[in-house]
Formats: sequence, structure tokens, C-alpha cells
Amino acid sequence: MGRKAKFDETKKVKKGPGRKARKQGDPVFKKGLIDHDKEEKQLSHRQKQRAARRAKKKKEVIDKRKALKEAKKNVAKQQEKEIVEDSEDTSEDENVNGFTDDNKEWLTLKKKDKKKLSENQPDSDSEDEEEVEEDEENASEEESDADDDQVSAKPVKEQYKVGKLDDLFEDSDDNDDGGNDQESEDDPKTNKMTYDSDSSEQSEGDSEGDDKDDDKLPIEKANIKLKRKQKLDKKLADEELQLNIAKQDVFAFPSEEELQNPTNLQEIHQRIKDVVTVLGDFSRLKEQTRSRCEYTELLHKDLCTYYSYNEFLMEVLMQLFPVQELVEFLEASEVARPLTIRTNSLKTRRRDLAQALINRGVNLDPVGKWSKVGLVVYSSTVPIGATPEYLAGHYILQGASSYLPVMALAPQENERILDMCAAPGGKASHIAAIMKNTGALFANDANKERTKAIVGNFHRLGVVNAIVCNYDGREFPEVIKGFDRVLVDAPCTGTGVIAKDPSVKTTKDQKDVQRCFNLQRQLLLAAIDCCNAKSSTGGYIVYSTCSILPEENEWVINYALKRRNVKLVPTGLDFGTEGFVKYRHHRFHPSLKLTRRFYPHTHNMDGFFVAKLKKFSNVIPEPVKDEDDEEEKEGNEVKQNGDATTEEQLKPSNTSVKRPAESTKVEPVNKKSKPNSAESSKVPKVSNENSPKSNKKRNKKNKNKNKTADNTQTSEATKQDETETNKTKVVNTQQKKVKENKNANAKIVPVVNETKKEENIAKANVGNNSSPKKKKNKNKKKNKKPALPNATTAKVINQSEAKITDKVQIAAAKKLKNKMKKKQKKVGQLKEKKANNIGDKTKNKKTFKKNKMKSN
Amino acid sequence: MKVLSEDRTRKLFEKLTKYIGVNVKLLIDRPDGTYCFREKKDRVYYISERLLQLAQTVKPDHLISAGTCFGKFTKTNKFRLHITALTYIAPYAPYKIWVKPSAEQQFLYGHHVIKSGLGRITENVPKHQGVVINTMSDIPIGFGVVARSTTECRHADPLATIAFHQADIGEYIRSEDTLV
Repeated sequence: MGRKAKFDETKKVKKGPGRKARKQGDPVFKKGLIDHDKEEKQLSHRQKQRAARRAKKKKEVIDKRKALKEAKKNVAKQQEKEIVEDSEDTSEDENVNGFTDDNKEWLTLKKKDKKKLSENQPDSDSEDEEEVEEDEENASEEESDADDDQVSAKPVKEQYKVGKLDDLFEDSDDNDDGGNDQESEDDPKTNKMTYDSDSSEQSEGDSEGDDKDDDKLPIEKANIKLKRKQKLDKKLADEELQLNIAKQDVFAFPSEEELQNPTNLQEIHQRIKDVVTVLGDFSRLKEQTRSRCEYTELLHKDLCTYYSYNEFLMEVLMQLFPVQELVEFLEASEVARPLTIRTNSLKTRRRDLAQALINRGVNLDPVGKWSKVGLVVYSSTVPIGATPEYLAGHYILQGASSYLPVMALAPQENERILDMCAAPGGKASHIAAIMKNTGALFANDANKERTKAIVGNFHRLGVVNAIVCNYDGREFPEVIKGFDRVLVDAPCTGTGVIAKDPSVKTTKDQKDVQRCFNLQRQLLLAAIDCCNAKSSTGGYIVYSTCSILPEENEWVINYALKRRNVKLVPTGLDFGTEGFVKYRHHRFHPSLKLTRRFYPHTHNMDGFFVAKLKKFSNVIPEPVKDEDDEEEKEGNEVKQNGDATTEEQLKPSNTSVKRPAESTKVEPVNKKSKPNSAESSKVPKVSNENSPKSNKKRNKKNKNKNKTADNTQTSEATKQDETETNKTKVVNTQQKKVKENKNANAKIVPVVNETKKEENIAKANVGNNSSPKKKKNKNKKKNKKPALPNATTAKVINQSEAKITDKVQIAAAKKLKNKMKKKQKKVGQLKEKKANNIGDKTKNKKTFKKNKMKSN
Repeated sequence: MKVLSEDRTRKLFEKLTKYIGVNVKLLIDRPDGTYCFREKKDRVYYISERLLQLAQTVKPDHLISAGTCFGKFTKTNKFRLHITALTYIAPYAPYKIWVKPSAEQQFLYGHHVIKSGLGRITENVPKHQGVVINTMSDIPIGFGVVARSTTECRHADPLATIAFHQADIGEYIRSEDTLV
């Protein structure tokens, strides 16, 4: 706003913006800076021409030299002939500018240097600023000039002239050069003196020597010079290299003060680089007193400040990527991905569209061989989202990564397909386009506002086979089932599209991630339920997110593999990196290799995850929905005893392959626990492992149990709680006994194993609690804290607990019934205490964990 | 999704005939299955019977759209054709207008077609006939009603309106929310 005030008296503020004022003078560089910058400069057009000419001449000279040598050999040191040759030489020189050619030759060999020289000349206004190296060049040139001078005494006058002319010609494009040349002509000797004390003297001597024995051929002279120069160059290069090495291995770990008062981002950036290099070769570059932990912590902090991420997300990313890759990822996440559009094959062809858009002044290219509909837009003179072609529905703006799930889904004509989270309809319209408007496409989205975008896009793109509806995806199986293919592009934290929405960096934390993957699991299960395994063409489910966190991807798939009759199949995408099979303490199903991950820094598209599942049976492994709750609750309980690490041990055994066995184990228990529930009868034909004997026994037990359960339900809440605690205590004691017996009795081992397995199953489901059920779980946790349970506990909990106790009891009861009866009275009290102690411990662990989380 | 009343059906077809004439028949008798018109919240949808059956499984409250929306009945019980019907109207329309590239944008912002922007017009267009408006590269960009017959156009003033704007594809951006 307005003129700049003249606060600084010393600086003269120019008045008016005039045309010339805009042109800045040549920058003045310090000595140290110049020689690094020089090499990066490009040749100007004329310089290129000159270089070409030089090369040509050089070639000629070489040819000539060869010819000369041969001639010499032939003649064999005949003085007269030499003289004749000399004259020939000169005559040749007359024709081809012999001497300057020599000059040329060694200049061109040193092409780079020459370049530097010629380009640097305009920059350096005074002699003082000329660099050492440069000086060298100048000097050599001067030398040649001097030689020229010396030679000029000789009959070869043309050479001298030509050399000069050549110089002039070289500098003909800018005046400064000429001036400089003159300057440099002035200072050769002084320069020489200053820089290479040994060689320059030599050269002087040599040149004098040259003076003396002038009968040496100019080529030979040049050769000597050249060799000298090469030596010098090599020496300098070595020095420089050593300097660099010296620089490299010094990274001083910053002090506390430095850390607390960061000066600027540049410094932090430098530090990040340094730490990354240190971590890259840790054993050599580390400071002896520092541990790797300290370095990573420093890096974590720095990355957080430099890229402005919150600590949680950065930590997760650090766990996900190796350090070097992490920096690449973060850098890539700062830059927007190229704008891509998808041709609507319902209305036009890609070639036609490209032509039409090029005519409108859009610069574009096909996106790659893997897609037949994608176009990358490099630049455009018109708004790409408002051209008549866009409005007429010939294309849609869509990220390249969004093609992938649809390509993986590979819809066929006349199929019934569901897109569960469709808004704004990009992928759904892609599906419709591939189906050529046949069959039926359900586009669902939970957000009513966003469904308008679907409707708009579908009508614009001419999709007529679609039904747009607004359900929560989790309820969709209740609406309609039997789809041939289902696409779930689940809502996610968006860690793959940070470039699009930088707010992700700071807003997401553990809770968001948890919320997301809970929802994603439910959506995926719902999607699987919607799919029809018996479809002749399909039975496929594609799950995709724009997140790169394994919690939202592999873990969700792994969960679905355990819960439904699905298996992973190849996505049909021939690029992208494989999904994780193990991530930190998680061990996923080995088939998760078949999933595909896409990263912004490796594939130049948004971070993405695609998995394709094939449903092979419509039977839902778990008998009833309540079972889910139960298992999850059990899982929670077990989790109190075991840590999260237990999951790690269990995962491999709980793969989809073994699922049927699991279910059979779980189901009978369920039946027993809820003999009255009608739902359990839904899955009557699941094989029963247990022998009829044990069933009878259990039935007896269950009768008792049911009675007690009824009692508890009718009695007051407080009473319920009390009975509950008692029960759990009993259970604990039983468990204890089982363990004892394990040690004592070899016979009982198999039984124990079985009970353990059940526990394992429950544990495996620990992480699988879904959000609506969360509340219950929370209450549970409260209850579990050792003292007396809260009066607020709901009936549900009691029931479920009853079931749990049933389970454990039944398992334990199989062969221990008698023993228990005997021991119960004796050991009961002791065990209670022990159980309580254990409870305390677990509680402590939990609180500790929580604290850790908070601190993170 | 309910069946249109007698009165509304008549109004709908009257309107459609205005643009595509006798080709209305082609909308009903199709080789690829039977299609029908259904009404939902005063909006009229053109949908194949097969798809309609599937759509009926979705509760009305949760159904946003099915098939193609042709237009809506106004509060005064007149039928107004929406731009979304262009997919079906454009190929069947006998009368067309082509606008020059310079006038494309103008029309897409909701202006009438004036003589200076008129590139081409079908022969023998009677006055007040519904027409589809195309770009010179044959992309349909909307529809309107001609203000002058073809013969009158020849001698019209450069600023005279040739066709009144009724709907254009710019509405996909301008009024996405009220589209359906």
C-alpha cells in the first residue's frame, strides 16, 4: 500500500516503477559461492552454437594431428623436411586456424570450465571477484595468449590474429565479455602467481622453455599444458571431496536451549536432513553418548514442527515408513497431485474429448497405460470444471486413485451392483459407464446433502440405470441383498489425501482413527452381507479407503476375513505396493499380500488402499448377532487379563482357514447359554464337537444357571450386582484351578487347552468392538474395576456376564466337576484374593496404558 | 414412486410432444424393456420397469432418485421440464438450433439466444416450437422455445431474441441442489 517509506537513509529508494527499474543488476556473489553455482548454469543459444563449432574444429584438429604424426614417422626426423612440414603446418593453419584450434581443443576438452568461464564473465564486474578456478582458466587462456604473443615473434602471424578473432567471436554476444577478456588479459601473471605456486612456476618455466625451444610443435605445447591442467583439476577436486566428507560426518546433537528456541524453519529442515542421514548410517555417524531413541525423538519433534502435523499422526507415520521414505511422503503430501479427469465413456471417447479440450486451450495427456479413460491436465486457459464439455457430461473431475477401486471391482454388464458410500458419485458413475447403463446400480450414501451431488453427477453424465438412496450403510443388508458386486469406499481419516485437505494433519487423533475403523468394519461386514456368493458372475466385494493407516485397511480386512466367509483375491491392479502382512505387533492373514497400497510419493496419486474380496458362502459364520456382542464383551474381559500383545500371538491361529472350527466351538456354548432364544435355532446344523455326555452335564448346569439368571433379573439391581461379583469370583477361581490342574494333572491338559482356545477366540475379538456396542463395553470396564460394581450396571451386562461365566464354567466343568466341588470351599477364599490381586494388576496396567496414550 | 394421474400424464405428454413431437412413442415402446413414468414428490421419473421393481424395495423416505428425472409439476400443476431430461430429448428432437462458440457461454449462464449468436437453425421451425440448443460441435447444451420462425430469423435484427431460454446444462453447476 502506497510508497515505501524511506526509513533506511543509506538505501536510496528508487522513484517510480519505470521499465528499466525493474531490470536488476547482475548479482554480486561472494568468492565462496560462485564456483558451486557455476556448474548449474545452462548454455545460452549462442554459446551452444559456439560450442558446436568448437567441437567441430577440434575434430578437424585431431584428424590433422593424426595425419601429421603419420607424416612425421614417414619422414623420420629430417630437418629439412621438418621445415617443410612446418611450412605445411603453417599453410594448413592458414586454412584451418591451426594454432587457435589447438587452443580450442583443450578448451573444449574442459568444456564445463570453459562454460563456467564464459558465463561467469558477465557476472564478475571486477577482477577481484574472479574465482580461483576461474582465474586458472583465464590464466590458461592468457597463457595461450602469451604464447600467442611469443609466437607472434615467429612468422605465424595469422595464428595470433585468428586467436584474437576467435576470442572476439566468442564474446560477440555480450559486451561485458570483451571487456572482461581484456581485463583478464591484463592480470594473467598475477593470477598465476597467486594460485598454484608449484605448477604455475613450472608452467612459467615451461612456457619459457617453450620460448626457448620453439621448434616444439604447437600441438605438443598444448598437450603439455593440458596435462598440467588436468593434474591441477584433479588435485582441486580431491580437496573439495575431502572437504565434503569432513562436513558430512559432523552432526552435533542440538542442546536443550537450541531445541527450546528454534530460530527458523530452515534450520529445522537442515536438522531433519542431518538426522535422517545419521539414522541412515547410525553406527558410524552417531554421537557416542546418544541413543537411537534420542535421534528419532528429535526427528519426530522436528518433523512435527516443520510439516505442522500433530504428534499422534506423525508417530503413526513414523511407524509406517522408514525414515527416508517418511520424508519423501511428507514432502509429497505438501504438493497437490496433478489434476486428472475421467472420460465418460457413455457419451464420448477419450480421443474425441482430448481433441475438444485441446481446442479449448487445455494441455493434457493420457494418464497412463493402465487406464483407458483417464487424462492428466497439465495446464488450462479455461476453468476445467465449467467447460461446455464438462457440463454436457463428457468427463468428470476425478483423482487417478479413484479409478482403482472400480477397476478392481471390474463390473460386468447386466449385474446388480451396490456402491455403499457413493457421494459424490465419481466411482459409481464409473461403474455405470463400464456397465454401459445396463443392469442396476445402487448408489447409497449416508449423508442426504451429499446425495444431491450424486444425483447431479448421474444426470449430467447420463447414468440412467441408477437408484440413489440414503441409508446408513450398516443398515443396507436389511433393505436389499443379493448384489453381484459391492464397492465400499469407506469414510476414513484421509491420511492419504493430506495434499487435498491439510486439516487432517492436525485434527486427527487416536479416537478419530478408532471411530473410523469401527465404522469401516461394520460397513465392510454389511457390504459382505449384501453380496450374493452364489452370483454366477460376481460375488465380489471391493474395499477401499483414501487412508494409508493399517488400522483402517489391513486390520479391517483381517477382521472381515475372520467374521465372514470371504477370501482375498488379486485386485487385478498390476502396480501399487503389497498390503502389510505384519505391522508392528499385528500379524495379519498372509493373503493380505493381495491387497494394494498406493502412496503419493511413489505413485504420484493420492494415498489409497484397495482390497478385493470374494464371498464363497452366504452363511454367516457367527450364528446370531447377539453373539457378536457377547464375544466382544468377552474379548474385553479377557483383555484385562492379557495385554494387547496377546493378540499378536493369537492372530495367526485365527485365520479364515480355521474359522469354521472356531464357530463350532463357540456355538454350542451359545446354545447352552441361551437355550430359550429363538435365534440360536437359526443355525442348527453346525456340527457339534461335544459328546452327548458332556451335553447332558451341561444341560443340568445350565438349568441351574438359567434359574439364577432369572432370579437376578427379577431381583433388584444392587442384588444383581452382588450376585454378579460372586459369579465372576467363582469363575476366576475356576480358571485358577484349571491352571493349577494343568500343572498338576497331565490328563486335564487337553481340556485346559480347549478352554484356552475359547479365551483366545474371545481375545481375538477384543479389538473388534463396534461403536453401538461401545457403551456397553464401557460400562463393563467400569464394573470390572475390582471394588464393588456400580449400581448403574444394566441388565445386559449381567446377562452377558452370566454367559461368560457359563462358558468358562462349562469348559472347566467338563472333567473337573468333581474336583471343583471338593476344592471350592477350601480354595475359594484364597482364590478370591488372588483374583482380586490380578484384577488390580490389570487395572494398573490399563491406567498406565491410558496415561501413556495421553502423554502421546 | 406412484403412477401419474390421468391429468398429469396428459400434461406431461403434451409438454414432451412440444419438444420431440411424435417421437414420444419411442420413449414408451423401447426394444430394451418397458419404461414408465413415475411420480415422487411431484418429480417425474422415467425408469425401466425392471429398475422400478428394485427401487420399490427402498423406503420412500430414503429414496432420493431412480432412473432419470424428467421434470416436476409446479404448485400450479403445470409441468416443467428439467435439464436432466436432455439425455432423452436431445436425440429425438426434430427441431434444433446451433449457437456459435462465442454465444455458448452466454447461453450457459441462462441468457436467451440472440440473432448474432445463432449459428444454424433447422428449416421450417414454426413459431413457439420447443427446440434443443446445440453447440456447433453438436453437443446439446439446453433447450428453449423459438421466438421467431426460421423465415423470420433471416431478416431479424442482430440483437433480436431467436430462442427463449428454458433450461441449460449450466444449471448442473448453478443449481445443483434444486435440480431434482
